[in-house]
Amino acid sequence: MLIDVHAHFLHDRTPRADWQARNASRLRAGERVGITIHVASILGSWGASSPTYFPSPADLRYANDWLLELQRRHPARVRGYVAVNPNYTDAALAEVERCLDAGMIGIKLAASRRADDPLLDPVCRLAARRGVPILHHVWQRRRRDWPGQEASDAGELGALAERHPDVRFLLAHIGGGGDWLHSLPIVRPLPNVYVDLSGSGVDGGMLEACVDAVGVGRLLWGCDLTIETGWAKLRYLEHLLSAPELEQVRWRNAAGIFPPGAFPSD
Amino acid sequence: MRIDVNAFVGSYPYRRVPGTSPEGVLGAMDRLGIDEAWVTHLPGLFWRDPAEGNAWLLETAARHDRLRPVPSVHPELAGWRDAVRLAADAGAPAVRADPTFYGIDPAGAAMRALAAACGEAGLPLVLAVRLEDGRQRHPNDHAPELPAAAVRALVRSHPRVRLLVTHADRPFIEEVHFGSTPGEAERIWWDICWIWGPPEDHLQTLLGTIGASRFVLGTGQPLRLPENAGAKLDLLDISAAGRTAIESGNVRTLCQT
Repeated sequence: MLIDVHAHFLHDRTPRADWQARNASRLRAGERVGITIHVASILGSWGASSPTYFPSPADLRYANDWLLELQRRHPARVRGYVAVNPNYTDAALAEVERCLDAGMIGIKLAASRRADDPLLDPVCRLAARRGVPILHHVWQRRRRDWPGQEASDAGELGALAERHPDVRFLLAHIGGGGDWLHSLPIVRPLPNVYVDLSGSGVDGGMLEACVDAVGVGRLLWGCDLTIETGWAKLRYLEHLLSAPELEQVRWRNAAGIFPPGAFPSD
Repeated sequence: MRIDVNAFVGSYPYRRVPGTSPEGVLGAMDRLGIDEAWVTHLPGLFWRDPAEGNAWLLETAARHDRLRPVPSVHPELAGWRDAVRLAADAGAPAVRADPTFYGIDPAGAAMRALAAACGEAGLPLVLAVRLEDGRQRHPNDHAPELPAAAVRALVRSHPRVRLLVTHADRPFIEEVHFGSTPGEAERIWWDICWIWGPPEDHLQTLLGTIGASRFVLGTGQPLRLPENAGAKLDLLDISAAGRTAIESGNVRTLCQT
């Protein structure tokens, strides 16, 4: 069993003419790697009709519907995060309820609002009530604002996690670029923050630092935009961890934070 | 046979990295079935005279026959031609320069002179686009990334220069390859360490558009997990012959051209 907690798909209204090829490539590569379940999100229109990290409610609804349909077509290997923009509180809450009722298993917050902003609190309270985790996009140490996103770093996500101790948060893509050495000490004392190992970065020493910081029990395997880097980390973890520890990272930790029955083994 | 053309020995100044000793690199090679690695003295890359690390590098490589030394040459320092000559005499497969880390013009007169000297000596010149993701570098690590224009300028600077460019991504490679004549492009080899696999399939695309003959196995270890290069190859749709070419055959061409 291998669960990718950070996957994405494209749809027909995204700017990429090759969207079908990219989706097919993800599934094909997943078969080679042995990924059992891709837990995925779609960030609205990926910029076609609203910005990727500031998606409109209409774009999110279309994307979430598309992902639900993909989940129905691939019930054995695709699960969905409902992606919402917390700037539209009422729409976000309604969309979370609608998509969780339809079978999604988590919430994805991109970078539409800083993670420590009170506007995220209603979404977090709903996550606690529904018992689903929140995957939050994180820039590992944001030294300044970047165009196109209101990216948060681990300190801001940590503040949110402290306000909502009953919610499980996934700190997104520790290998996704940025100063991961800044993030890890911040989340160390926060038991409800899990480290998602995805991202294109495969820095030597990063996985050791993750294990040192939060322990094997709070590591989640994932790929994001580069499946080969996910596979490389998995191969290195085979060398670094014991077999039972590796099972935790491969899927047991994920199975423990998503709702019961989310995965075939539950 | 697997040859890793992009590896380092020695510590990194900006963060703790495990496995930087020669024994650590050899252990990683054993783990991954890599027969031979081209290694550079990593600390020296940041020294005022990077060639001062070459003696240790050559001694280390002499003790470990699976490690092939790639000495560093700073072409604005007196005596740099001696460093090239020493490398050739020691049987080094290539020499390298990291002009942006030295703070010199990557396509200036000194670098062009080095490229020409390498061409005359029959030694490939190794250039790295970057060592780390620009978003995570130490706040005092300001060296710019190698510009694609510099690679184009250097390959044009001498008809016999051969370049091995590491840590380049797809846009960089495409810009240089299609911004060069076919004859120039045939004198540039690219390592695969920074090229994305699926679902974006950048490496698969490049193998189709540029051809497998231009690519070689490089890991960037120990700064990067060497497992990444193998995983990337395992996810390609490629013939056994094509894979063998990337893993070792193209390196022989690079060295024998």
